[in-house]
Amino acid sequence: MATSVGSVANRNRVAKLVSSLPPSGIRKFFDLLASLDNVISLGVGEPDFVTPWHIREAAMYGLERGETSYTSNYGLIELRSEIARHLERLYQVSYDPRREILVTVGVSEGLDLAMRAILDPGDEVLCPDPGYVSYRPCIQLAGGTVIPVPTSFADDFKVRAEEIEARITPRTKAILLGYPSNPTGAVLSREELAAIARVAERHDLIVVADEIYDRLVYGVEHTCFSSLPGARDRTILLGGFSKAYAMTGWRVGYACARPELLEAMMKIHQYTMLCAPVMAQLAAIEALRYGERDVQEMVDEYDRRRRVMLTGFRRLGLDCFEPRGAFYVFPSIARTGLSSEAFAERLLNEERVAVVPGSAFGERGEGHIRCCYATSLAEIEEAIRRISRFLARLEGKDA
Amino acid sequence: MKQILKAIERNPRLTPAEIAVMTGQSEADVAAAIARAEQDRIILGYRTVINWERAGEDEVAALIEVRCAPQRETGFDAVAQRIYRYPEVRSVWLVSGTFDLAVMVVAKSMREVSLFVSERLATIDAVQGTATYFIMKRYKEDGAILDGDEPTAHRLAVTP
Ligand SMILES: Cc1ncc(COP(=O)(O)O)c(C=O)c1O
Repeated sequence: MATSVGSVANRNRVAKLVSSLPPSGIRKFFDLLASLDNVISLGVGEPDFVTPWHIREAAMYGLERGETSYTSNYGLIELRSEIARHLERLYQVSYDPRREILVTVGVSEGLDLAMRAILDPGDEVLCPDPGYVSYRPCIQLAGGTVIPVPTSFADDFKVRAEEIEARITPRTKAILLGYPSNPTGAVLSREELAAIARVAERHDLIVVADEIYDRLVYGVEHTCFSSLPGARDRTILLGGFSKAYAMTGWRVGYACARPELLEAMMKIHQYTMLCAPVMAQLAAIEALRYGERDVQEMVDEYDRRRRVMLTGFRRLGLDCFEPRGAFYVFPSIARTGLSSEAFAERLLNEERVAVVPGSAFGERGEGHIRCCYATSLAEIEEAIRRISRFLARLEGKDA
Repeated sequence: MKQILKAIERNPRLTPAEIAVMTGQSEADVAAAIARAEQDRIILGYRTVINWERAGEDEVAALIEVRCAPQRETGFDAVAQRIYRYPEVRSVWLVSGTFDLAVMVVAKSMREVSLFVSERLATIDAVQGTATYFIMKRYKEDGAILDGDEPTAHRLAVTP
């Protein structure tokens, strides 16, 4: 061996772009958690349901038939056709299954493909702050620059067209929207989205719409960005199965866009991923064909839990706006005087409740914690009791 | 109303206060709606699903097919009524197909069930014939799986 271990370690072999990415605010909690037991976790970002049986079974039948090969790079045509029908039925938008739909390895891959397909070095992408943890790194890894658009508790964490427009420069290439929102649970109305669509049109921007939580809305309707007047051809629509059908581990999702944009994403996908897992694609077909009842049942259950958590937190005196989508409540912990990270760390150590500090989702998340209600009612109630004890102690009162 | 019913159907132990939170209504409204549903016999009772075998109490259940002649005016209703009055009869359904009434009977022993069929059921005038199927093993009852749990998601404690 010509080089010693020491000299290998001394040379920085990791690309500058990668080493410049900050570590995820979530990873840290992971290590902390591993050393504790009897923890109630409100820190998850996925359903607590197992994938409905008929969907699991469809994948097993596929394996029995020997369906274990690569599929078309685009994904199984049956699945793409089902996705087209599904979007037509729910949102009256039409995408050609042969040229405008790509089956991806989750929305995660869709996001990465979208950014890499549209960004040149230095291009700017506007995205709401706070927002999903992967948005910034995906933009940065694609050579882009993130321009956060602040949203606030006072305005229900809605991103406003004026705030977006005020930050547009000659380098602005796209707007990345994720509504219903992880971490806030915010939903935008059709009019609010239409105002953003008009801004995009005025400045000729692409809109990447991460609509993975589209089915999880409570008492309001989801508006698909592509369904807005004039928006379809400048939209890259990302959708998935992880949340609505409790299929996080399957790794399947989809991207829809006009042929020129989709082809660009497909180019990257074919070389880096080849295709999404075939079993997951078979399961996804079953989900779209026969999964509606499961979705409705899960949504009803999330809604009950949402109200229990929201009411519970408000009774503790935590300020929360009412989330209308996804499965998160995002209360303000500002009155405790602790940073969101300190709050989350102490709550975990002292009361064994895991939450995610709002700062993990951007500067504007500071002062908040993300609490997921995709967990049993009994656990939610116990978590509220523990948080109540914790707050009482923080404020010098007896629990 | 439907939301309230759904909530107590899954868990009859919920209090009106808890249901009020879950459905976003006032506690008084929920209590009133439940009282009305009880009065209107929309809510017929609050039951518990028990695995008696695991509790060490043996009981014998049988599903009985009953073929019978419908009566003028009352159709099958009068016969069904005669049958459902016996306390050992758990359920009676009018069904389509090769027989008419499906009757679920629960008793202490096979002998008790047999006696019920031969002395009570078969002797009813309109009853033309019966076939008795003893339940050998219960797998799922009213939506609850008796032995072996349904899998739960094995999630990481913190995910994005
Ligand atoms: C807003 C948002 N987008 C995308 C994803 C990733 O989804 P997928 O499992 O389809 O990759 C998540 C998962 O937490 C999410 O919350």
